Amino acid sequence: MTNYMRNIKVSLIVGLLVALLLMPAIASGHIMNLLILILITIVAVHGVNIVLGFCGEITVAQAAFVGVSAYCFAILSEAGCPWIVSMIVGVAVTCSIGLLFGLPALRVKGFYLLMVTLGAQFILPWVFSHWKSVTGGLVWGQPVPEITILGQTINSDLEKYYVALVVCSIMTVIVWNIKRSRVGRALTAIRDNDLAAEAMGINVFKYKLIAFFLCALFAGVAGFLWAIYTEHLFPDHFYLMDSVWYIAMLIVGGMGTISGAILGTAFLLVLSELTVIYAPVFTNLLPFEFSAASGVSLGSLMFSVIIMLFLIFEPRGITHAVTFISQKLEGYQS
Amino acid sequence: MVDFIDMLTGGIAIGAIYGLVGMGFVLIIKASKILNFSQGAMMMLMAYVFWSLCVQVGLPIWLAFAGTFCIAIALGMLVEKLLLRPMVGQPLLAVIMMTISLSIFFDGAVCLFWQTQTYSAPNFLPGDIIRIGKLSILQEYVASFIIVVILAFAFSIFFLRTKLGLSMRCVAEDEQASQALGIRPTTVYMVAWVISFIVATVAGILFASMQSVSYTINNLGLKVFAVVLLGGLDSLIGAAVAGIVVGVLENMSAWYIDPMVGGGMKEIAPYIIMIIVLMIKPSGLFGSKAIERV
Repeated sequence: MTNYMRNIKVSLIVGLLVALLLMPAIASGHIMNLLILILITIVAVHGVNIVLGFCGEITVAQAAFVGVSAYCFAILSEAGCPWIVSMIVGVAVTCSIGLLFGLPALRVKGFYLLMVTLGAQFILPWVFSHWKSVTGGLVWGQPVPEITILGQTINSDLEKYYVALVVCSIMTVIVWNIKRSRVGRALTAIRDNDLAAEAMGINVFKYKLIAFFLCALFAGVAGFLWAIYTEHLFPDHFYLMDSVWYIAMLIVGGMGTISGAILGTAFLLVLSELTVIYAPVFTNLLPFEFSAASGVSLGSLMFSVIIMLFLIFEPRGITHAVTFISQKLEGYQS
Repeated sequence: MVDFIDMLTGGIAIGAIYGLVGMGFVLIIKASKILNFSQGAMMMLMAYVFWSLCVQVGLPIWLAFAGTFCIAIALGMLVEKLLLRPMVGQPLLAVIMMTISLSIFFDGAVCLFWQTQTYSAPNFLPGDIIRIGKLSILQEYVASFIIVVILAFAFSIFFLRTKLGLSMRCVAEDEQASQALGIRPTTVYMVAWVISFIVATVAGILFASMQSVSYTINNLGLKVFAVVLLGGLDSLIGAAVAGIVVGVLENMSAWYIDPMVGGGMKEIAPYIIMIIVLMIKPSGLFGSKAIERV
């Protein structure tokens, strides 16, 4: 791209970072919570992007992996480990489970690999809720002790926000570098034509395992952030619906692109917040009688309609639309 | 021993319904290669619609049946025309996400109109108990099993003997050749979806009358994947047989393993079966497709 467009892009990124750093000064508590949620979800979605966007394999197990890491962190910290150790062990456990469920990639692919991840997405939360002695089960949940960084206990929204912001920025830089590295190019080659990639000397199985490993790594970090943010873990947060949301965020944002993960996540989460806020207004307009559950159901309806519209009209997501427009503008330049 | 027979018959009855839904799933795959994640949601929606027609509108049962089937046919045609037609030829992910969002849409609709309350469905199955010696088998299990078997036979005859069934098989095998012969693929897709909706309706109503009209019918749709994978992705008979196998295995695992792990085996037993099948024989018992190795 031209220098002009590159300058615009860089200044947009810098501007965004500055705005995010200064956000606590102007935003209320509710918006801060939403932002923290967005930042945590972006990390998880980056992971899905590596497997789905770069490598082309569908995974619906990301939410379960996030849960594994969150529970590991919580359980170890409760038992007295220093939080850094718990975090590393949690991420390591998640990565090994990610590898475990990526092993079937040796035998099956496409739809069948999707089914394996679907099985994981059901079995892991079942373990969370039924291994009551370890995880606290469905009703009582698992408490998460607070962590201290450089002597400062992280227990207010402001501090959690900055931790999430720093970690999310680091993970975004990491995935950006992965995309441009040898690994990222190999994954893209596999996505486009795995037989040709194999013929070119790329060990497809090894790189698919690497993709699942990295995906679980990001899930692990997201789980750690989630555990700190919600100080009490319940298995409900890690169900199939959340995994589907991650994929939807990628579709809406633009699969395989870094900005796609960020834009899609922000777009869908903000939209769901707005739907919940404006649901009563909407139900007053309708002639039927609806109960208080309308907020949730309208959220589902809106979510599904948006996905369907994007799939039919803009399957490459917002990023593609933005690129298209910016290229048109570039054409009018000079 | 008596308990064992109880468990077996219960498993067979539920398994027959799984098999029915599995057949609907395989039907769409055979006709248009689209994986329908929304079977469970369709079942649930139709069960609620049936309940509404019976209880809220107050129609007699046979009229409620007819009404539900009409709505199913209309919905099937609408869904196929609006949502699945643009997905033809798109990559796997787009198709899957479309059907997933369809299932979320039905979910939301049920939430909105019926507030996910559990209702008891009007009973039209015979409610007596057949006693053979010391064994007692519920008549409604037998009745639903018979209905499912009849439908399975009807499907087989449809696919093997009728012209429409033949054209569906043609389109599944080679779409362009079929078009060259004058078969319209869009008609085939439409018929496949309508049949799938009807199957989901029957399964939903049967399940609801055996248990209740509730939100959990949704989860059945995902269990059906285990059934379809076990039976083979493109085999109708495989889906029927595998349905019964999964139903019985599910009940058995709940019976024997539940005390050890504190319950809930019924939910995940099908998925464990699914993973085992995927590892050992991905093409299933009766499937014919060769799965590409990585």
